[in-house]
Amino acid sequence: MSHKLIDLQGITKTFDKEIVLDDLNLYIRENEFLTLLGPSGCGKTTTLRILGGFETPDKGRVLFNGTDITNLPPNKRQLNTVFQKYALFTHMSIAENIAFGLKIKKKSKDYIMDKIKYALKLVNLQGFENRYPDSLSGGQQQRVAIARAIVNEPKVLLLDEPLGALDLKLRQDMQYELIRLKNELGITFIYVTHDQEEALTMSDTIVVMNQGYIQQIGTPEDIYNEPQNAFVADFIGDSNIIDSLMIEDRLVEILGTRFACVDEGFGNHKPVDVVIRPEDICLVKPEEGTIQGVVSNVIFKGVHYEMEVEACGYTWLVHSTGMYPVGTNVGISVDPFNIQIMNKPESEDEEAVVTDA
Amino acid sequence: MRKKLIAGPYMLWAIAFILIPLAMVFYYGLTDKNGSFTLSNIASISSPEALKSLVLALGLSLLSTVICLILAYPLAMILNNLKVNQNSFIVLIFILPMWMNFLLRTMAWQTLLEKTGVINQLLGLLHLPPLNIINTPTAIVLGMVYNFLPFMVLPIYNVLVKIDPNVVHAARDLGANGFTTFVKIIFPLSLPGVISGITMVFVPSLTTFVISDLLGGGKILLIGNVIEQEFKQVNNWHVGSGLSIVLMIFIIISMFITNKYDRDGEGAVL
Repeated sequence: MSHKLIDLQGITKTFDKEIVLDDLNLYIRENEFLTLLGPSGCGKTTTLRILGGFETPDKGRVLFNGTDITNLPPNKRQLNTVFQKYALFTHMSIAENIAFGLKIKKKSKDYIMDKIKYALKLVNLQGFENRYPDSLSGGQQQRVAIARAIVNEPKVLLLDEPLGALDLKLRQDMQYELIRLKNELGITFIYVTHDQEEALTMSDTIVVMNQGYIQQIGTPEDIYNEPQNAFVADFIGDSNIIDSLMIEDRLVEILGTRFACVDEGFGNHKPVDVVIRPEDICLVKPEEGTIQGVVSNVIFKGVHYEMEVEACGYTWLVHSTGMYPVGTNVGISVDPFNIQIMNKPESEDEEAVVTDA
Repeated sequence: MRKKLIAGPYMLWAIAFILIPLAMVFYYGLTDKNGSFTLSNIASISSPEALKSLVLALGLSLLSTVICLILAYPLAMILNNLKVNQNSFIVLIFILPMWMNFLLRTMAWQTLLEKTGVINQLLGLLHLPPLNIINTPTAIVLGMVYNFLPFMVLPIYNVLVKIDPNVVHAARDLGANGFTTFVKIIFPLSLPGVISGITMVFVPSLTTFVISDLLGGGKILLIGNVIEQEFKQVNNWHVGSGLSIVLMIFIIISMFITNKYDRDGEGAVL
């Protein structure tokens, strides 16, 4: 892939003695759709604000195309931001909002008119030029905010939870819109969200953050299928996270029963965390399963059933299209490559969530 | 029905202390001593003394309003930029003088500004020339600005705190420097506060007679003083009411202008 467009080096930021970002290192490639994902207070928005120029890091450097822009004010940066609550200029019409950046750059009237037309077409708001922000719905305002940012042809678009205030259906539509926009514009998107589904749908790269630390960087598939620690596994999707013992390479003891797995190199008789996704658990006849249990709860979720199975003193979360009524005796079987082994956190800082294993 | 009952006391209040006095003003203003209709009371504004005092009052209150605006806007911005905790304390310090009687504060200025007052004694100690502004229009403007400044600061401050910081960030993000952001975004968004501030300073300044009485030494007459004299010294309620009606017309005109300007400000930025 192409070269590093943005390089964050050793970024540390403290607010009121509280460390928000601790020695953060991250680079962003050209044309990447990168998502900073994490719960509130994880430092993702602060990272974005440092990129936009609204915060200055206490330590560390921000490189843009190899140039240090750490202390450059926002108006001198080649990136534009789409703010969480749109931040439209309510005293200006839609056309004036979009023209704002271009007028400052002293572009010609014709150029500005063309750009407004082009941008409104891109976000499907043709004919809205003379409307005012207050007369628009949330989704429409968000489109205007995007149009206002992209007419300036930034190299990078920063998006701070732009879909957070929209309802579910609109949010899903906008996700596809954003992917389409990014492909049409061919620029880098840096996206901040706490919604893991949004991150998985849109991103090329996901950066999972918690408490100022990067927990894992990878493609959506990597993050989902091979979470590196219990926090990532728990935050991304539903999962069964179980205290286990690595007996030897390719053999793990879960709740007293030995399961074949595909992971190596964790050592012998070493405590580990095991992640098994609910959809990776096969419910079979009791005699065919590796372990046996009883269905204790069933919820219909539309696409699948969500079942809880009591087995070996643990409540297993299972997603399946086939339904077993409460009280059924079932066997649990898991394919070896669906068992994801993770090292236990070594320090308290890394202990991001309390797992209920 | 219940709502009407709750509104009852206010309705009584409004009738007794707003509508009836207003009707009386109009009755006296439009009649002569025999009770027959006349416009001569209103026409008495064209007497040299009344006209002069009206022009002077308009000029001084306009000047005070402008000075208040120039002082209040940066002050409101500073208050807005402070951190929240300090903020309420500083706002408190700022409105604290308003808890003291208006007359008392104006009399204090009289004492300060007198020929042998505190300021001149201090200047004398420092071998500086004395300040001779007591009983001049300058002292009146000073009194108006001092008394009415909070009425300009608070409405402006109230609209500034309501501006989403991200809107300001957005302007910076789109390439605007600090000055452009102020001119194109912050100031236009604060216009409603500015308009109500202007109204709240201009109207009481235009009608005051206490400030001009105390700091003008009774020699400088504003329209408010002329009306007061008609009522209290000449005992001619008819002329006093007539002049009051004229003043009311000026206030209504000024409010109409500010409102119209506000609407223009909201709509015609392009």
